[in-house]
Amino acid sequence: MTFQRWLQSVKNQIALTVGGLIAVAYGWYWLGGAVIVMQGLLLVASMMGVAPILMQAYQALKVKVVSIDLLVTIAVLGALIIGEFNESAIVTFLFLFGSYLEQRTLKKTRESIRALSEMAPQTAQVLAADGTTTTVGVDDVEIDDQVLVKAGAQVPVDGQVVQGSAYVNEASITGEAQLVKKTVGDTVYSGAIVDNGTLTVTATQVGDDTTFAQIIELVEEAQDSKSPAEKFIDRFATYYTPAVLVLVLAIGLITRDFKLAITILVLGCPGALVIGAPVSIVAGIGNGAKHGVLIKGGEVVNAMAGIDTMVFDKTGTLTKGDTAVAHVQFYTAAEQATLAVTTAVEAQSDHPLATAIVRYARERGVTDLPTIERIETLKGLGVQAEVAGQTIRIGRAKMMTEAGIRLTGAQIAAITASQTAGQSTVLVAVDQQVVLLIGIADTVKPEAKAALARLKKAGVKHLVMLTGDNDQTAAAIAKAVGITEYHANLLPAEKVEFIKTYQANGQKVAFIGDGINDSPSLALADIGIAMGSGTDVAIETSDIVLMQSTLSELVYADYLTKATTRNTVQNIVIAVGTVGLLLLGLMIGLVQMASGMFVHEISILVVIFNAMRLIRFKVR
Amino acid sequence: MAKLVMQLDELSCPSCMQKIQAGVSQQDGVESVKVLFNASKVKAEYDEAVTNPDELTQAVTDLGYSVQSIKVK
Repeated sequence: MTFQRWLQSVKNQIALTVGGLIAVAYGWYWLGGAVIVMQGLLLVASMMGVAPILMQAYQALKVKVVSIDLLVTIAVLGALIIGEFNESAIVTFLFLFGSYLEQRTLKKTRESIRALSEMAPQTAQVLAADGTTTTVGVDDVEIDDQVLVKAGAQVPVDGQVVQGSAYVNEASITGEAQLVKKTVGDTVYSGAIVDNGTLTVTATQVGDDTTFAQIIELVEEAQDSKSPAEKFIDRFATYYTPAVLVLVLAIGLITRDFKLAITILVLGCPGALVIGAPVSIVAGIGNGAKHGVLIKGGEVVNAMAGIDTMVFDKTGTLTKGDTAVAHVQFYTAAEQATLAVTTAVEAQSDHPLATAIVRYARERGVTDLPTIERIETLKGLGVQAEVAGQTIRIGRAKMMTEAGIRLTGAQIAAITASQTAGQSTVLVAVDQQVVLLIGIADTVKPEAKAALARLKKAGVKHLVMLTGDNDQTAAAIAKAVGITEYHANLLPAEKVEFIKTYQANGQKVAFIGDGINDSPSLALADIGIAMGSGTDVAIETSDIVLMQSTLSELVYADYLTKATTRNTVQNIVIAVGTVGLLLLGLMIGLVQMASGMFVHEISILVVIFNAMRLIRFKVR
Repeated sequence: MAKLVMQLDELSCPSCMQKIQAGVSQQDGVESVKVLFNASKVKAEYDEAVTNPDELTQAVTDLGYSVQSIKVK
């Protein structure tokens, strides 16, 4: 048993050694060395190379799986029996090298999942009634247990703060790397890191039920629901392997010619087929990585190439995601003073719109801010403050009308114009007078419209935008980028429902987003595409990452995966076609073992060169 | 009905998956098996009256794979 595992673990070293031995053997021969030495080296190479393959074939047979390893093993052993050591050595080398390439693409997928699970907390400090603490594994904490979390430690459970206050970093859950203050009554999540302060937390969810554990599980399941076992080559091999075996057996029985039977098995051995697909995939993925498109594995390439529906998140995906003041309209002569008062009030808030206004004022050189006497946030409306005996209101139009402030016809027209342009509109009133209108826009990415048009041209039938933003802003952005179907005012869970509906409809869906709340959609979609500037979890969950967060990269990913899939199919056709022609040639007596062998080798070179075209692939 | 999660050493070939899938599901009392290839995990639902985690772990070990840890839910 341990020998089996050891053999698996040194498979790559074996491939390397076999390759080296073959090179030495041929080098020796071409330099005029004795044939017997070359044959000896090749025999050693074959024996080494076939060992791990034989073991895999045997394990598979034990559980009644006829694997491609079996065909390779029989072919190699057959070739050894009829003394074709070069063929047996090369076949084992190619087979092992092919699986090494496969392993390399898989490793990328693995790293993302490992990075995520390494962020999980391991132990908890459970607080006993007498005030002492015991360290236990996170799985052993019970609901309603109280745990103590000190500065630098990770919150081990989902729960409620019952004592203390602290600044925590919830990046592993929300993707926001900024510190959030948590005090009594607040909810904290497993995986959050306490920056300073100490918290006592009552557990409400523990172990595998915590939000963080569920994210990990979701990602694990999502990644494996696109199993590499579904890959074409293995599916093909299920029929190919027995078919070749049956054919060889039939021919052997009819002709009673062992050499012929073995020759057919050798010719039928899918050397080009084994290496053809992995080589295309590796070349395609390598090309993508060079151009800022990270594709996490071969199966993603195939799925991405078949996408017919692309669902976009709005903020940060179609738009730049950084809000900026786009329009300012004063209804007073005291412009600087109004701006100063507005900035003073907005500086108290960390709302994205407020941040945009403060930044705008700073750029305008507004520094002398008045003192605020009283400030109050009206949820969903805006803020109200007292400054120098005047009441300042900053917020939506609804806030003004509710305070009995009358808007002029010109102001109403300006609000409508601002919203139609896709801006969020903020009004500033001093006492009962609207003095300032600010339009804050999230700018559409400059390449968006052209990129989306190219995707349509490339065969992506449905382009959809889903957003939590209001209907008017959504409409404006959709129009600007050329999307006809959009849905506004959505919660993350509702976005997931849309994706489910499309999938139930038989559509192949890619979701493109960047935030933590996009994670469920990213995982559920056939292909999840994350913007490189997005949250860690979004990036980990996705199948494809666009490093520079541009939509041009999305076009690149689409074209590249299609080209790679075409290339893979070409290679499979070349490989199977070669085998077919060789068998046909053998039957009508045109192909002997030596010439057939040569054609086989050429076909392997052809598929490798074909795949190498992908390395230079470019989207113009 | 109980659920067992086994963490294995890193899986590297897609056919390993078929083998483990077939190997574990052929055990008596096993209702469903799911092999997570990327996470190198095996999730199995089984009837406690018929089999137990040790037997299932042994089945995987017999196929030539190391089980790092197990978790029963």
